[in-house]
Amino acid sequence: MGTADSGTMKDPSTKTELPSVVIRLAGDSGDGMQLTGTQFTTSTALSGHDLATLPDFPAEIRAPAGTMNGVSGYQIQFAGTDVHTPGDSPDVLVAMNPAALRANVGDLVRNALVLVNVDSFKPKDLAKAGYENNPLEDGSLSGYRVIEVELTRLTRQAVDDLGLDTRSADRCKNFFALGMMFWLFERPMEPTEKWLREKFANRELILEANLRALKAGWAYCEATEVFAERYVVPRAAAEPGTYRNISGNTATALGLLAAAERSDLQLFYGSYPITPASDVLHEVAKYKEFGAVSFQAEDEISAVAAAIGASYAGSLGTTCTSGPGMALKAEAMGLATMVELPLVVCNIQRGGPSTGLPTKTEQADLLQSLFGRPSETPTPVVAAATPSDCFAMAYEAARIAVRSMTPVIFLSDGYLANGAEPWRIPNVEDLPDIPVPQPNPENFLPYLREPETLARPWARPGTPGMEHRVGGLEKEDGTGNVSYTAENHERMVHLRAEKIQKIADYIPEQSVDGPDSGELLVVGWGSTYGAITGAVEHARREGLSVSHAHIRYLNPFPKNLGDVLSSYRKVLIPEMNLGQLALLLRGMYGIETESFTKVQGKPFTEAEVFTKIREMAS
Amino acid sequence: MATTLTNKDFKSDQEVRWCPGCGDYAILNSVQNVFPKLGIPREKFVVVSGIGCASRFPYYMDTYGFHTIHGRAPAVATGVKMANPELSVWVVSGDGDALSIGGNHLIHAMRRNVDIKVLMFNNRIYGLTKGQASPASELGKKTKSTPMGSADAPFNPLAIALGANARFVARSVDIMAGHLRVVLEAAARHKGSAFVEIFQNCNIFNDKAFDAWTEKDVRDDRMVSLDPGEPIVFGKEKNRGIALDCLEPKVVSFDGDVPDEVLRWDPSRTDPTLSFMMAHLDDRPNFPLPIGIFRQVDEPTYEQRVHEQIETAQSKRGKGDLQGLLASGNTWVV
Repeated sequence: MGTADSGTMKDPSTKTELPSVVIRLAGDSGDGMQLTGTQFTTSTALSGHDLATLPDFPAEIRAPAGTMNGVSGYQIQFAGTDVHTPGDSPDVLVAMNPAALRANVGDLVRNALVLVNVDSFKPKDLAKAGYENNPLEDGSLSGYRVIEVELTRLTRQAVDDLGLDTRSADRCKNFFALGMMFWLFERPMEPTEKWLREKFANRELILEANLRALKAGWAYCEATEVFAERYVVPRAAAEPGTYRNISGNTATALGLLAAAERSDLQLFYGSYPITPASDVLHEVAKYKEFGAVSFQAEDEISAVAAAIGASYAGSLGTTCTSGPGMALKAEAMGLATMVELPLVVCNIQRGGPSTGLPTKTEQADLLQSLFGRPSETPTPVVAAATPSDCFAMAYEAARIAVRSMTPVIFLSDGYLANGAEPWRIPNVEDLPDIPVPQPNPENFLPYLREPETLARPWARPGTPGMEHRVGGLEKEDGTGNVSYTAENHERMVHLRAEKIQKIADYIPEQSVDGPDSGELLVVGWGSTYGAITGAVEHARREGLSVSHAHIRYLNPFPKNLGDVLSSYRKVLIPEMNLGQLALLLRGMYGIETESFTKVQGKPFTEAEVFTKIREMAS
Repeated sequence: MATTLTNKDFKSDQEVRWCPGCGDYAILNSVQNVFPKLGIPREKFVVVSGIGCASRFPYYMDTYGFHTIHGRAPAVATGVKMANPELSVWVVSGDGDALSIGGNHLIHAMRRNVDIKVLMFNNRIYGLTKGQASPASELGKKTKSTPMGSADAPFNPLAIALGANARFVARSVDIMAGHLRVVLEAAARHKGSAFVEIFQNCNIFNDKAFDAWTEKDVRDDRMVSLDPGEPIVFGKEKNRGIALDCLEPKVVSFDGDVPDEVLRWDPSRTDPTLSFMMAHLDDRPNFPLPIGIFRQVDEPTYEQRVHEQIETAQSKRGKGDLQGLLASGNTWVV
């Protein structure tokens, strides 16, 4: 078998143009499907397509091989126009074993292309997956175009003369499959080749084996006409600029760093490992040349407490966690509210309660974010709408925290955290300014407030003449001295609430996509953005009048939100919880809402939201 | 420093509000006497506390101060020190705050060797919540929460600190001002995590808890001070010493010169075995209770290591360029 080059070989097959494609790669959690998906994504992004991705992996690192519990999947949608979600139903499934087929075949579109590794469909593999009959033989896949490939045997052959043991040779088969996908969709292989050369720079044999498997996959398609046709997806016409592909967690880390740089503060990031937030810690830990201090704490409480200590000392204190960790941080967040120090708490939400679904997505921590601390503890809350929006909103969280001297909660979720999309790289100088409340040396009091924001001054230890004490006890405004009097407490409770409300003076007003009044407004927050946007566009193509407002500032709400909501006859609120935003909006604005909920650990599909819109609009 | 500081410079304008006769007053006084001697400008001191009677301490010190939440002071202090290693960071805590709710933060701050000084006021009782047994209360102690006597065995605070690899471990007593100042000053001058247990009398809920050791007439016979470089000798007549009998300590009596077999105390041994032995010395009948410096080992601090990594990264890769970082990896132009 010869090697192939993406640019030089003659194209033997016909090409079909498609507006968009959804591919799902599935295999055992040890099969490297996340890696394969990431490589396909990079290549697709560099081809200039818009895309969205969704990894879906089990909570167990290595569940028993070949079983349904061990299936790990990676889905990508790419297209020539705006892609809002990783897609509802895959057009192509790559199944490395029977369990991967069984777990995913129900989601496919009719007549989907199904590529299976036929070498792993032996009776014991079928039994592990719970198949009584071989689905490749019993006619149950007749609605699909099944491509049977001897992935294991062909990969072993491709690396035959390298002298690898069978296990190492078999580990290359995901790259064989990737080579086939690259051929099918005419993706360049160079980025993956470059990645392999860097990754295995010191492991020549493994490098060579993976390169051969990759190229062999391509060549196999070229030589055998295993696929009847190739697919071409026209490129996106995106806004001019420089782009990169970015996941939500990377964007979150970069947003925090950018805010620290722009406010000229040292970034302090305290964190305790937790799925799906750990990647933010891994990312910040790389930013040492920026002076960023990352602190892997002994627990969630220490992570937030150290961040508060760092803020007291003059750094931008930040911490990141998921649901169980948020519960543990609640008391310390109350302290930050009381001592009025900047603090960003990122919550990468996952399915709960308790340990729940650690690797699955949910957005059920909204009410906890607003109210999940004892007493009157007003806390600003912002939420990212897409993976790349995590950059903007993490930055906003830090901007609000510093400007108003307050803890701020930034909400993302597992879907945004691990999902990725192209991001137009912003110009650092164009990012909003972050004013830091400075103490006045002539007239210093620790709780003397700026009238505009009610922020107190940030006097850092080490500054002569401004020695002062802060603490969790109720205090007198101005001096900060401990005070237990009844009138003072009531005054301080109102003051702290007013300070948070004043943030509405400097955040953007609520924007609406679509007519600014009418029959139906779909209101969302967080990661439902993609599905709602796609569904609303679909509805408009069908002639329905529907608008979409996506709320990124959840406390305080934008000033005009009440007016926006009251401009439509019906308000539909899709949420991945049991109606938490709906409850808030009904309570705050006294409006009727239609709550549409899904709590399956999976995001809404466009079709689900569209169906609901059609039902309400007609 | 332009001017010499005195203890008055460290007294805040807040009225001190502990119960009359509380041991905290004496400790506050000692700290306010030691701070001016350290050659550190006042604005560089940060006193961090948790919750409990002892934790009101920062309000009475005219330094930067942070009264945080129950048990978390070592974690907050770790953040302060990492953010600004130039600061002299002190944690004031009690036996409930440090050993119970905050036990995890205490041990991790110690093992990391964060350069913070933890003063644990040990009164063997919960005072602020009005008299429940603490993790330092002795077995069988009758309190409001343990009317038939405490059923849970106490911690040995020094053994906890040693077990967590605290590089500086010491013990002193509220009413022994001279001794306490020496210990506090040594803790302050030590670079790295320091844990100082201070016996503190709670005259309301656990009065005379330490009298059996610390009263003037028994003190010399019932306590022994571990002083670096000095033989471990005690007794009114200074005629008894601690020696080793294989793996066990023994008390030797002597007349005149201190015999060679009496241990000459060296807290700088990296191996904590002897320090542990001293922490448990008084578990044995008729052995004195040691105070003084149990361990003092020099090692690079956590914040030093953290900031060295930052410096290394900056010297290798240059100061970070944010625009470059945002545009790193595979990019494409539209």
